[in-house]
Amino acid sequence: YSQQGYYSWCCLLQPSCGHVGWLFWARFRHLVQTQGTLHSSDISFAFADQTHRVSVPEAEEAALQRGHLQLQALALPAEIRGADGPCSPHNGAGLRRWLCSAAPAPRVCVVGSGPAGFYTAQHILKHHGGALVDIYEKLPVPFGLVRFGVAPDHPEVKNVTNTFTQTARSGRCGFYGNVTVGRDVTVPELQQAYHAVVLSYGAEDNRVLGIPGENLPGVYSARAFVGWYNGLPENQDLKPDLSCETALILGHGNVALDIARILLSPLQLLRKTDITDSSLAALACSKVKRVWLVGRRGPLQVAFTIKELREMINLPGARAVLDPADFTGLESAVKDASRPRKRLTELMIKTALEKPVEMQAGAAAPREWGLKFQRSPQEVLPSADGSRARGVRMALTRLEGSGDSAKAIPTGDVEELECGLVLSSIGYRSLPLDPAVPFDSQRGVIPNSSGRVEGVPGLYCSGWVKRGPTGVIITTMNDSFDTAQSLLEDLQGGVLDISPSREGFGLVESILHSRGVRPVSFSDWEKIDAAEVARGKAAGKPREKIVDPAEMLRIIGH
Amino acid sequence: MYKCLIKLSLHQRTAQGTGSRMAHGILGLLRPLQSRLSASRTRLVLLCAETEQHQGPARGWAERAFSSTHQDAPGESSSEDRVTVHFINRDGERLTTTAKEGESLLEVVVNHNLAIDGFGACEGTLACSTCHLIFDKDTFQKLDAVSDEELDMLDLAYGLTDTSRLGCQVCVKKWMDGVTLRVPMDVSDMRRQLEVGKQSKQ
Repeated sequence: YSQQGYYSWCCLLQPSCGHVGWLFWARFRHLVQTQGTLHSSDISFAFADQTHRVSVPEAEEAALQRGHLQLQALALPAEIRGADGPCSPHNGAGLRRWLCSAAPAPRVCVVGSGPAGFYTAQHILKHHGGALVDIYEKLPVPFGLVRFGVAPDHPEVKNVTNTFTQTARSGRCGFYGNVTVGRDVTVPELQQAYHAVVLSYGAEDNRVLGIPGENLPGVYSARAFVGWYNGLPENQDLKPDLSCETALILGHGNVALDIARILLSPLQLLRKTDITDSSLAALACSKVKRVWLVGRRGPLQVAFTIKELREMINLPGARAVLDPADFTGLESAVKDASRPRKRLTELMIKTALEKPVEMQAGAAAPREWGLKFQRSPQEVLPSADGSRARGVRMALTRLEGSGDSAKAIPTGDVEELECGLVLSSIGYRSLPLDPAVPFDSQRGVIPNSSGRVEGVPGLYCSGWVKRGPTGVIITTMNDSFDTAQSLLEDLQGGVLDISPSREGFGLVESILHSRGVRPVSFSDWEKIDAAEVARGKAAGKPREKIVDPAEMLRIIGH
Repeated sequence: MYKCLIKLSLHQRTAQGTGSRMAHGILGLLRPLQSRLSASRTRLVLLCAETEQHQGPARGWAERAFSSTHQDAPGESSSEDRVTVHFINRDGERLTTTAKEGESLLEVVVNHNLAIDGFGACEGTLACSTCHLIFDKDTFQKLDAVSDEELDMLDLAYGLTDTSRLGCQVCVKKWMDGVTLRVPMDVSDMRRQLEVGKQSKQ
């Protein structure tokens, strides 16, 4: 075992020394002084006497039996192990010096404070008793898609922020918001300041349709629309036109379902959520009463999941319009499919075959939503004066192959669907961050192997920028743990060299200062958080999101 | 909310009981630090080497002298109606604890601070599948019926089996005493298993 300056360590010492208590206290005091608090590490001490030295494996075994999972054994340098043992009064000074030496702790930087960033940081901190992790975020507020992507009416999913908050508040974790990596500080500069850099900055862009009319007023990316109603500052000026009756959502994923649900939800339900006030006002004036979700392939290829579909089916005031013809023969096709695919398809079939409920006289016509399959958008058609979208021409397709790899081949037939609102929900997309970071533009990810960026030692990635922009939080969690595990392995194996001491935020701070950038701390965020919650309380909402970064900075006095 | 667990276990058999004096001294020194511990878990494990003499009384004294705070809910009476539950973690490690009847398995893991990574992300609201547990066939068949909502989330779980359930939906009952639950491997674990198989043990 090589000497490592971890705070969790096992030290083989002699029991005869009265100095031990004092020495350990000095070490802890040093740690408290430099770090602010003593951190959650498993701190172990093993005492060996001169005649019966406890070997490292024995100490490990004994520790493991006590449920102590992590043991770092340090072999004391020879000069400290004197004839009388390291803790004899004669050698106390040597040991004291050695114990209190500022041995380098691994310093890790994480770029992005969404689930990927936080889960990666969490895993590193939990499984390495000495690592220091700093999380950088370009917005003044943390949590990424948990705050800006998860639908307002899915508050339970946002419970993960509680564990993220615990991580951010822990002594070995730093949070620096309002710092745009790639502009305010570059990745090479971060690599100078930290032993390892993890890129977890997600996917801030979206795939484009690449069809004529895509840029007509009335056509929006799903990403921008979701950002709009979730208070993402850059999307606040979207001003989507909701004055038409029919909306078309291109895509069959959970984001498409989220948008359909938000468009058709009764206002009194939305009012109680953290949806922004301005989008609530816009939805209150919305004329949209019919939403079609259009996909290129068939029911067996839908990407949304059953919970979200069930929610849509049960949406008050709205009814599902599914064509039974789309589901002919599918019951038997899924007989041997995986349980998730089977249950999802069976739910769609059941809904398609259900007789519509008799409407009570005088009751308002329900809003409608439906699924359209095997239709690929060819062109967004303009209105007569060319000022806005009025419909979409679709190519009808047939399927070649089956399952996830089925391909949609145009048949030559087309169909026009009338609509005034088109939402393109065909996927998010990552962007390259810094010339120093390799990027696969075709796949839209950073080339990597288990989170280790190819060709760049010390650089890692996790989350959507590593894997592609799909999956729910558990997918990202597992993926982040995978990257963290790679990093921890590299630390343990010496692949990550932590002998050069790095200054971490100490170095970054001066760079930011020279560029006029003032980072936002986690406790600053907590002030913004408190302000949002207080404002929401008056309106019966969990929070009223602040959507203007300038206002956020004002609240914290920047 | 921070749970601070200082668990000091002493295994010492020195003739003079020096180790226990030192351990006591160290604990005394650490006491002022306790309030500043932002740890979720801090353990002091003192091991002393074995010598010829086994000092029974000293050991007993050591164990009495050191507090071992538990993660029980406040105001709880101990020992009665406790159900023993075992969890086999992803690396094959067995974690054993005793739970109260009525606690959900998620609550058991959280309240007893069991070392299972990423367990219970949505805090028991059926919005994720991270509390996925695998039961033995007999126990599984005796559990309360699974709801559609639970099945919907289970459908997204990694390593789904015929005897899988979500821990937040299963409550501990007396008849489950001694049950063993397996924490499923996730995608990254399986990849690592393959890697470890290739390397030789240190």
